[in-house]
Amino acid sequence: MKAVISVIGKDAVGILAKVSSMCAEYNANVTDVSQSVLQDVFAMVMLVDITKLSIPLAELSDRMSALGKSLGLSVYVMHEDIFNIMHKI
Amino acid sequence: MINLSDILETIRMIQDECLDIRTITMGISLLDCTDSDIDRACEKVYKKITSCAKDLVRVGEEIEKEYGIPIINKRISVTPISMISAACKESPVKFALTMDRAAEAVGVNLIGGYSALVQKGFSAGDRELIESIPEALAKTSRVCSSVNIGSTKTGINLDACKLMGRIVRETAEATVDSDCFGAAKLVVFCNSVDDNPFMAGAYHGVGEPDCIINVGVSGPGVVRAALSKHPNADINEVCDIIKKTAYKITRVGQLVGVTASERLGVPFGIVDLSLAPTPAVGDSVAHILEEIGLEQCGAPGTTACLALLNDSVKKGGVMACSSVGGLSGAFIPVSEDAGMIDDARSGSLTIEKLEAMTAVCSVGLDMIAIPGDTTADAIAGIIADEAAIGMINSKTTAVRVIPAIGKKDGEELDWGGLFGHAPIMRVNKMSQSKFINRGGQIPAPLHSLKN
Repeated sequence: MKAVISVIGKDAVGILAKVSSMCAEYNANVTDVSQSVLQDVFAMVMLVDITKLSIPLAELSDRMSALGKSLGLSVYVMHEDIFNIMHKI
Repeated sequence: MINLSDILETIRMIQDECLDIRTITMGISLLDCTDSDIDRACEKVYKKITSCAKDLVRVGEEIEKEYGIPIINKRISVTPISMISAACKESPVKFALTMDRAAEAVGVNLIGGYSALVQKGFSAGDRELIESIPEALAKTSRVCSSVNIGSTKTGINLDACKLMGRIVRETAEATVDSDCFGAAKLVVFCNSVDDNPFMAGAYHGVGEPDCIINVGVSGPGVVRAALSKHPNADINEVCDIIKKTAYKITRVGQLVGVTASERLGVPFGIVDLSLAPTPAVGDSVAHILEEIGLEQCGAPGTTACLALLNDSVKKGGVMACSSVGGLSGAFIPVSEDAGMIDDARSGSLTIEKLEAMTAVCSVGLDMIAIPGDTTADAIAGIIADEAAIGMINSKTTAVRVIPAIGKKDGEELDWGGLFGHAPIMRVNKMSQSKFINRGGQIPAPLHSLKN
């Protein structure tokens, strides 16, 4: 089971570190990262394995969103199924 | 890995373009709750609803967070109450109070099914239930009511049209303190459907399983945004863009419905392929029609634009899910659509044009405020007209008009939230009383020689 963590906002030092350390804290294994900085806008998408997640996915979503707020960024945690179902026939 | 641009597109649709699941509606059969003692029957109804739906809101919220998609409403529909109340001698209002209490206990915002099906005549309990609607809707906040007065197979019950004209008025009168809000929770149908997840017209049909999950999707903002990227596309391309977008929107509905049904241990019914607007900025069906190329909704060409929109939504959506049902189509509730509100205010959109539009979309004259001096017979006439469109075209049509007691055209009613606010629209004042008072049944129409 996998989830996608998307981080969008103004670039700053240590975004990747903070998001991935929260993943480690709750036992979400990062399997892939893709990021781009277009002008000043930072967009990072992280694929994480949530099979052994230590808290419910909904709670991780809340915590990531709070982390995002403290950094002035938008952080979304969404189960990968929503992307698969929308974009694949 | 999933394509980065697909991920960003999904996030943009949800965050910026108001993509959401409009409702997860649990249908619950109350057929095993009948009892000649009304208090015992109500107790059974309360127990059945609160046990079937105890986890509905929690599961809905869980799915919302996990998939990152807002689920705006969690609702319940029940067996038409006239079938349950028929066994009791007392006024059925107790059932409405019970439904309200049960809805509050499980945390849903609306519960539908204070209903009667009288397309061919009144059976035991039907008249009592209909007569009790004004009181029931005034005394409750979450209960929704609907009455089916016609169908393609049976024709139109003109006695019921007349009765409902009066009941709609009385419901508005009984709730005059809350801007006549009661009438916003009452729908009069022709060809009503058993598995509709949308309020106020949802009820749980008798052919349905004991308990079921139906889902209604939304996303007018997403369709409009997709069209705005192709300002010079020809009309075939416009239809294709709508189809592709509707596919994506509906897929999410399917995912949410299947997941909810698994977690609740309740069979999954249908996805309602709908475009349901809200008064929020960027969530308007009227704005899609304007994006296609109308200056304002109501202009000549409006019906054609709406027809292609409605048809494309269905074509795109039907492949996206396992089972389609409900009302399926674009909704045009005036007070719930920021664009329609503006168009009604400016005078571009009239009731007559809206009536034509209902011939090609879902569902009918919806959330329209009419002058407070509109007579019961005139409302019955509006109901009969709308039912005739449904009967002849083999589609669901409905009337949800709100007589603005004490107000006249040009003024407004304001309910706030998802129900929005409604400019009062002018109604033709010529009399139809002789026609309405003839009574009887308009016979079922011919199914061949279609012209």
